[in-house]
Amino acid sequence: MRATTVVTEVGNGLRRNLGLTVAVVLVVLVASIMGGIAFLLHEQVNVMKDYWYDKVEVSVYLCGTDSVAASCNGQAVTDAERSQIQADLQSLPQVQKVYYESKAEAYAHFEQQFKGSPIAQNAPPDSLPESFRVKLKDPKQYAVVAGAFTGRAGVEEVQDERALLDKLFSALNGIQTVGVFIAILMVGAALLLISNTIRVAAFTRRRETGIMRLVGASNLSIQLPFLLESIVAAMVGAVVAAGFLALGKAVLIDHTLAPNFQFTPFFGWGSVWKAAILVLVVSMLIAAGASLVTLRRYLRI
Amino acid sequence: MIRFDNVTKLYPTQVRPAIEDCSLDIEKGEFVFLVGASGSGKSTLLRLMLREERPTAGSVHVLGKDLARLSSWKVPALRRQMGTVFQDFRLLPNKTVFENVAFALEVIGKPKHTISQVVPEVLELVGLAGKEHRRPDELSGGEQQRVAIARAFANRPMLLIADEPTGNLDPSTSVGIMRLLDRINRTGTTVVMATHDAAIVDQMRKRVVELEGGHLVRDQSRGVYGYSR
Repeated sequence: MRATTVVTEVGNGLRRNLGLTVAVVLVVLVASIMGGIAFLLHEQVNVMKDYWYDKVEVSVYLCGTDSVAASCNGQAVTDAERSQIQADLQSLPQVQKVYYESKAEAYAHFEQQFKGSPIAQNAPPDSLPESFRVKLKDPKQYAVVAGAFTGRAGVEEVQDERALLDKLFSALNGIQTVGVFIAILMVGAALLLISNTIRVAAFTRRRETGIMRLVGASNLSIQLPFLLESIVAAMVGAVVAAGFLALGKAVLIDHTLAPNFQFTPFFGWGSVWKAAILVLVVSMLIAAGASLVTLRRYLRI
Repeated sequence: MIRFDNVTKLYPTQVRPAIEDCSLDIEKGEFVFLVGASGSGKSTLLRLMLREERPTAGSVHVLGKDLARLSSWKVPALRRQMGTVFQDFRLLPNKTVFENVAFALEVIGKPKHTISQVVPEVLELVGLAGKEHRRPDELSGGEQQRVAIARAFANRPMLLIADEPTGNLDPSTSVGIMRLLDRINRTGTTVVMATHDAAIVDQMRKRVVELEGGHLVRDQSRGVYGYSR
């Protein structure tokens, strides 16, 4: 069959079945947005892991005058304790590097991180504790440091920044899982809907296909219009979804989140492109798969 | 052209075979009437020739192909050499006469210039010149059947299969259709026609094959419809 004939057939078919076509587009749209969001969250977690895992350290906070931890005994850390702790930290084989952050440095960091925010203006300069920042050879060895220093005199608290990040990542992963779950449900709906749409289309066009069969049209030319129709519908849904994802990136990430959270990186446009290609390819494959299975059953050759 | 060797067809849901132990040989260029009461197996015989069905036992050869062994992707190529005409015409109501005939050629990939040349020729042949732009509902039954015949003949098939083509037509219109089929037969196309129309069979004096309860009971050259009407 000639290409122009196929295109005309596909156009006619889509128009004749407009209601169902729109339904397919919408379901694929929602499925693609959900899948796309899940993918972008995954990208975001990766970007943050790359950025933060190199930088995170174990912080050994030292006692200040107002510390309430039992190991502090209500007193600030003494110079002897401080230098002993530093020496012990440096002697640990897992430790790569140790450096000291005084109250003034901590405050300077803090001010920089929350520049322009009212939090920075309200914090008194000596409210932040002095600490040792410990860089580990392998960040997973955190427990060794925590075990050795928690509860020691002069140490208020040992904190693993990785643990904080992991909490954030697990929250993001949770959202991602929900997104994947909804996307899978929507894919199920899309499969059934595409299958039904083709059944209806095959029924409305049973005269044409019957004649095509009798005059010896090839299986491909009988099935191709149906196949292309569902692929086109899915493609439209996926392209619109990609548009929404790009809009979300531009408005939510670039315009709103990024200026307010400058200390952390966000996924770039490359990830949006990847997400767009992913949802496009997956949608088209799903449409093609559902169509072929249905055509085998309902369009006798 | 067509050979049936001890063909039996049993539909899965039925106990009694629709065709039982049928052997039949149809030569190139023949005109064969297939007669018999409703349910005698005429349509099954035609469906076996078209490979709409496969025989339960025995073998069917059409146009030199063993249909039992023909893989399904080769069926379209076989059907391009066969034309089919039915009692209910099977035209597309939203297409004109020209488009209906052109459709059959388009879907088998004939180029546009061939179509614009072949369609008027074949419409002329069936006596519909000047009615190219009518729609099926603007035509009489006889004219609609001529469109169907034009469509079946457009690709110049070796074999024309007609399932009660005059079943919906009055006697005088039927005569016209029979003349047309006879003319097509004279061009060398083999015609196999299932019919209930005794008057036509008696008048044409062609080969008659009679089926009764799935069995081939009579095969007569230059025969008549029969005595048991």
